[in-house]
This record gives sequence, C-alpha cells and structure tokens, in this order.
Amino acid sequence: MSILCDKNTKVIVQGTGRAGAFHAKQCLDYGTQIVAGVAPGKAGKDFIGKPTFDTVAQAVEATGANCSVIFVPAPFAADAIMEAAASDIALIVCISEGIPTQDMVQAKRYLQGRRSRLVGPNCPGVITPGAAKIGIMPGYIHKPGNIGVISRSGTLTYEAVDQLTRLGIGQSTCVGIGGDQVPGSVFVDILELFAADPDTRGVVMIGEIGGNAEEDAARFIKENMKGKPVAAFIAGKTAPPGKRMGHAGAIIAGGKGTARDKIEALEAAGIKVAPNPSEIGRTFASLI
Amino acid sequence: MKIHEYQAKGLLKRYGVAVPKGQPCFKPEEVKQAAEELIKETGIPVVVVKAQIHAGGRGKGRFKEEPELGGVNVVRGAEEASKVARRMLGKTLVTHQTGPEGKQVNRLLVEQGIDIDREMYVGGVIDRTAQRITMMACAEGGVEIETVAARSPEKILRQTIDPAVGMQPFQARNLAYGLGLQGDANKNAVKFLLALAETFQREDASMAEINPLVITKSGQVMALDAKIGLDDGAEHRHPDWKELQDRSEEEPTELEAKSFDLSYVKLDGNIGCMVNGAGLAMSTMDIIKEFGGEPANFLDVGGAADKERVTAAFKIIMRDPHVKGIFVNIFGGIVQCDIVAQGVVDAAKEMALAVPLVVRLEGTNVEMGRKILKDSGLNLTPADNMADGAKKIVELAK
Repeated sequence: MSILCDKNTKVIVQGTGRAGAFHAKQCLDYGTQIVAGVAPGKAGKDFIGKPTFDTVAQAVEATGANCSVIFVPAPFAADAIMEAAASDIALIVCISEGIPTQDMVQAKRYLQGRRSRLVGPNCPGVITPGAAKIGIMPGYIHKPGNIGVISRSGTLTYEAVDQLTRLGIGQSTCVGIGGDQVPGSVFVDILELFAADPDTRGVVMIGEIGGNAEEDAARFIKENMKGKPVAAFIAGKTAPPGKRMGHAGAIIAGGKGTARDKIEALEAAGIKVAPNPSEIGRTFASLI
Repeated sequence: MKIHEYQAKGLLKRYGVAVPKGQPCFKPEEVKQAAEELIKETGIPVVVVKAQIHAGGRGKGRFKEEPELGGVNVVRGAEEASKVARRMLGKTLVTHQTGPEGKQVNRLLVEQGIDIDREMYVGGVIDRTAQRITMMACAEGGVEIETVAARSPEKILRQTIDPAVGMQPFQARNLAYGLGLQGDANKNAVKFLLALAETFQREDASMAEINPLVITKSGQVMALDAKIGLDDGAEHRHPDWKELQDRSEEEPTELEAKSFDLSYVKLDGNIGCMVNGAGLAMSTMDIIKEFGGEPANFLDVGGAADKERVTAAFKIIMRDPHVKGIFVNIFGGIVQCDIVAQGVVDAAKEMALAVPLVVRLEGTNVEMGRKILKDSGLNLTPADNMADGAKKIVELAK
C-alpha cells in the first residue's frame, strides 16, 4: 500500500504546454495512468496520445479522473486549482512556481470543506514508486518499499531518495509539499497519512529554514508516530537572516525560523537529524 | 520587492489611509520649495526631513560623514530644511539594518510636523499558521515589534482576515478598543485599519508595518512611518510597480540574476555555487561550510534552466573577484543534466575559466550530461556525490 496515489489513480494534466507535455510523457512512461489533458480552447487536440478537454469538468466526466497535476503558468494556477477542486478531484498536485501568495490564500479558502487535497504548489509532486509518478521527479532513482519521504524542497528530495535507494531502502510514497509560504499541505497533513498507512514503516522528513512547520511536525511525530522511526534534515544552517533563499517560504525573519530552532525541536522529539545532506540516507539506515 | 517609505505612503493614501502631508525630493532646492509649500499649507512651521533608503532604524542611524547626524531630522522653517537636506543627500547612512557599509541617501521625504499624543503599532503579515492575512496592533509603538513579541506576546493583538469577505469593521473595532482608543480616535483608527487591510489585499503586499501609528492631540490617526513589502509573484498584475523599483537600492548582480530568472544571493566566501533547487542550494552552502570552505553565493538556476540561463548563471558567479573555485551541483528533475552540462561548457570556454571547477551531476539525462563534460576538453573535476564534490572544491580553492 501507499498514500495519496497508486496504480489505479487516473490523472489529468492541467496545462498542456511544453513543460506539461514533457513531464506528462515521463509520467506515462513510468506507468502512471495519464488519461487526459485540460487546456481551454484546445479540446480535441492530441496530448501525448490522450484527448484534450477545454475544462476539468468535461475531462472528469469523460475519463473518471480522480487526480490532477497542474503545470499552468503561475498567474493562472490558483484558478486551475479551484477548477480541479470544483470537480471533486481527490488529489490536486500543483507543480507551478511563483503563484501570488494571496491567490493561494484564496485557493485554500476555496478548498475548505471540499473533498480535494492539494499538494504544492512549487513542488516536485508525488510518487508511489513502481505504481504512479505524478510530478517532475526523475523516476529511476526511486525503489518500491516501506519508507515515506516528505520534503519542502524538490531536488533535495531526490538527493535523499537516491541515498535511500543506494542503501537498498525502498519508499512507500514520496511527497514534495513545496517551498511556498502558503502550501496546500504541510508536514503534519502528510505525516497523518503515513502514520495511518500500515505499509509505511518509517519516514524521512526534509525541512528548511522559515516558518514553524517543522516544529509542528516534531510535536506530531512525538505523539503519533510511535514504532515508525523518523529521520530528518534541515537545509539552511548557514543562510543569512532577512534574505529569501530562493523559496518564498525560506526566510529567517525576526529571528524566527532558523535551522537551529528546528533541529532542536526535532531532536527534542526524539527524531534523528542528519548532520549534512550527504548523510540523510545513512542517518535513517542507522535507525532500522 | 521593497519600496521606499514615501512610495508606501502613496499606496496607502490611495485607499484612504491617513498619512502626513509630504513630498519626495531628490535635490536640496526641491526640499526648500517643498518645505515652504508645506508650511504655507498646514500653518505648522515644523517640517521633518527623512532619508529614504530600503532599511529600517533610520532615526537612530548615523551618517558616516557626520556621526552626529541621524536619518530623520525635525527642523523649523524651509531654510533649515534645505540646509539639513544638503548634509544628507549623497551621504552614507548606517543603521542596524544596513550593515557597517551603510547606504547612500539619494532621496528624501519632506513632511509636515505632527503634534504627537501617543505612538502605537499596526501591521499586516501573511500568517503562515493561519494561512491568511493577519492584522496586528500593539499599544507600544516606535519600538521593534519583534522585541515586544519575544518579551510579551500577549501585548500584540491579532485579527485574521477571511479572504472571502476581507477585513470586517468588527475586527477593526476589536483592535481599536483593544488599543484602548475611545471617541474620535477610535473611529479614526477603525477607518485606518480597514483601509490598511484593503491596501494589503488589493496591492498584493507581503508585509505592511505602520510603526509608529500616531494619535495626534486632536484625535487624528496617522501613519507616521510606513513600510510595505510587495509580493514578487504578483508583479504581473501591477504594471505600476516598475516605477516603484529603485534599482540603486539593490545589489546589481542580484538584479541581473533576477532578469534571467535566477535566484542569487551574494555571500562573503570564495567558493561559487551553482545549484538547481532552493533546498539543494542551501544545503550545498551548508556542506561547503561543514568541510571548512566559505560559499561565495547562493544560486538556484531554477526549474526551467535552459542553456542561456545556465550560461548567465555561470558568468555571474565567475565575475565575483573573490571566487577561487566553483562547485556545480545539479540533481536533474525538471532541469536536464545535458542542458546544464552544455551551458557550463559554453560559459567556461567563452570566459576562459581560470579557477578550479568541480561538477556533480545526477538525475534526468545524466549520462548525456557526463559525456558532454568529458568530451569538452575542459579541466574539470567530476564528483560522485555532494559530499565528495564539496570536499574536492574546498581543497582546490585553498
């Protein structure tokens, strides 16, 4: 088993431009059930061998899709998220980067009380190795198994997964929650799913400076993840305060959100923190 | 994006937030004229001349050239205003936020003097816990809000805004009564807060801080100072923001990087880094430091790096005279390794690379990428993994 997606997940792609087509093709080749593309004004056109629809509602009606992956440009991405939610898409994965923060505040308000779960934006997506790849991560570094991976950073997730795979440790599902200030899902949302998943036997969590999602996660793990070992890594130990380090969310402001605060909170909750990014895999391996 | 105080006040005024009468000035002569007009219009002989730089602490800050002079000066009469302006313009102001090198003052704001009764604080933030805008107020103004928050968090009043309906009058009343305001001052504060929240939402602010908010002896409520940050992601729907940008306030290399959609932050070390992804870029800095090196920069080439962007990134790193070695650390997801490799090879050849280069490639199209590097004839050191690469570049840059 796994969380969020498996080989039965039917995926539509919102945003059928160059990036959308390239990555959708990679997902399809990985074995993901990509069933349609959605792009206003492009109905009827071929999208990597699948049909294109003008609206999500039409695509869902025709294909029974329960997941959408969004590649539309940032100015239109919040609209795309809400469109997917209006059709009760169970899992919405938004890859788009640079969405205005207040658009996300509104989109999250719209999602309240609806049946959709949003992962992202500004994230690599979700993969259940060997079953479904919904996003832009390189598929070949993953290996089916029992360890959940959850991260605010895209490429650093690949780094961690690659290390796990090289050590022979497979993954149940890997979830990139993204580096924005207002993400669809935070660590705790995904940890709840891993805690309830009988086939996830441990978790690797990758955080970074800014905000206090890691501290919240530490509390959750201490209370709810007994018997499932957790290893963590926090990026940005040497980041200067007041400077935004690429991600909108990665900023130390008013002395809050430092790597040191986060590492202390995690260690106090009994979570082993890797000393550097090359040690993430080995740090987890030392727990099992 | 950061903007100046006078620009922030301009935005606020558009939505009905009360601000003192004032005029931005670039030359001492303009200051004299502006002060004369203000004095005539308000009947108040006192004017305030304020340095406009993208840093806080201007009042307590001091000029390098004249250690007695601060960045905010209250003077009497237009003659005095233009005199003090001459001592400020073109000079370097050092505050606790500018760093010891300070910032050159090229713009001034000349404002009417205000008869202050009480100073308070109001502001707005993107509240990461609530995932909404939260408006804050505190009866203690003129001090750093972080200090108050750390010492006595209960003194900071908060109202979180539902994005579906915006800030409601009752929320503004909760804050105004919470601040202890009665009568006219209360009514004016409610109006002020609602207008501030509207500015925040409509102008896509990322933060807004009115510190101090002043209550005058006649019960008026005004933004004596104003600081607003704008959300870069929303630039496309605010064409007027172009005019608000003051390029002289920004690190030129960071600006150039931005024009190529690269995220670059200059640091003090000597090892240049080119990485894809913010998290990986941050941890590349961390690991270089762990092995005894000092990173010269943070640089994320981003998700959609094409050859031109990689080349631009490489040139920006190589232009920093402190750079004694470069570490390229790429884990391709969206970014394809062959494209990065070609960009690195082209840039290195074009600029006749003279410092050691360590390249670690992994991910999409990695074999093609490695082949391009190998066949390039460049003198570069491949790395097996991140730690290996960091160790190698620290050694080579010594």
